[in-house]
Amino acid sequence: MSTLRRYWFGATVVVALAVTAVFALWLSPPDAQQGDVVRLLYLHVPTIWVAFLGFFVTTLASALWLVPRTRRVEWDLLAGASAEVGVVFTGITLIVGSIWGRPTWGVYWVWDARLTTTAILFFLYLGYLALRRTAATADERGKRCAIAALIAFADVPIVHFSVTWWQTLHQSGTVFNSSLVSGIHGSMAFTLIWSVGAFTVFYVYLVMRRLQLAELEEGLEERELELAIAERQRVEEMVSV
Amino acid sequence: MRFWRDAMLVAGKDLRIERRSRVALAQILPFGGIVVVMFAFALDADRTSLPVAAPGLFWAAVFLAALLAIGRSFAVEEANTARDGLRLSGLDGAAIFIGKAVAIAVELFLLEVVLGAAVIVLYGVTVSGVLVLVCSAVAATIGLAATGTVYGVLATGLRARDTLVPLLVLPAVTPVMLGGSRAFAAALQGSSSDAWPWVQLLVAFSVLSLAAGTMAFGPLLEEA
Repeated sequence: MSTLRRYWFGATVVVALAVTAVFALWLSPPDAQQGDVVRLLYLHVPTIWVAFLGFFVTTLASALWLVPRTRRVEWDLLAGASAEVGVVFTGITLIVGSIWGRPTWGVYWVWDARLTTTAILFFLYLGYLALRRTAATADERGKRCAIAALIAFADVPIVHFSVTWWQTLHQSGTVFNSSLVSGIHGSMAFTLIWSVGAFTVFYVYLVMRRLQLAELEEGLEERELELAIAERQRVEEMVSV
Repeated sequence: MRFWRDAMLVAGKDLRIERRSRVALAQILPFGGIVVVMFAFALDADRTSLPVAAPGLFWAAVFLAALLAIGRSFAVEEANTARDGLRLSGLDGAAIFIGKAVAIAVELFLLEVVLGAAVIVLYGVTVSGVLVLVCSAVAATIGLAATGTVYGVLATGLRARDTLVPLLVLPAVTPVMLGGSRAFAAALQGSSSDAWPWVQLLVAFSVLSLAAGTMAFGPLLEEA
């Protein structure tokens, strides 16, 4: 994508997010029960959606890398870029959720199955990113990270299952508010759908830029290697003279 | 048949190293012990809160010690380029995985027996539901050892292996921590029927992690 097009894409994302903010903060009504706190959900829901989308793309790209016929270094870079965005948005979801939970539930955190699974998800993919960073070369990174991504993805349902079980066996009643789903006001529904759309475009933009950065990083490594070899040759020439 | 012979060769090798070097016995086991003591300080050692928290504290101590055992299991392959020897030995990758996981599991069983005794004595726990305790401990240990072995080889040869493995392993084994603690708690409260679903979960986790390791270990070992 050319630089100009990229700027246009970036501008579109900014406008889409700005429209989200206007709708979320001013044009949509406060909730009958939650009041203005409900506006946090216009950030909370899209961020977790983007996080899930990001991890799903990571899994898909890792699988594509592992199949020999479709193996390309771009899949590995895409998996990493997508996981990075996913982790950031999982973190935002947890923070926004806690801020929302305080006035709604009276506490910042409850050991609800969904919250606990999201927290574990956050750490699982933080580990994945740490693994990516420690691998020195692209070859070293590819296979390990692809397998780690698949294992992490397979682990999530088991974690969710065990946490859900833990909750149903040891705590009565869930704190989740049913008013969120039922009887949602028209402009609130629109704001929510719009914000999910806007954040999805934002996700695409972020991953695209991150991929570009990754390619530049790869190029830099090659260039550094070339420079190092040239330097070495120069030194050897000087020594032989 | 050859598969199991290969696996037992690797397990025997690892256990022999531990018997002779005494790292597991002289370092990992005492480490688990001091963690058990530390938990008592953390909870202001009174006899009411410790027995209630005992199942979770026991497993937390086992998990921390297990991280050391996993790190150790791959550190011995790092020395003298033993990993290349293992790779060139012609042993089946999946068998090497099973062998290393078995060695870690055996070490953890011994650790659990000692730490279990320490918890009973120091935390004032009354034992009940022995069958559930043993079954859940076996299933949890296999799951923990198998997952640890997968992530151990995943991080092999990397710069920050020692710090990376705990970060990778702990989130992945949350079901084991939950299952082990809940099964133990139910058994000690005398309601074994509540514990069996957790034992089933632990068994399922162990089977899945063994399957994942068997598939992934060969290619990962080649790579590292």
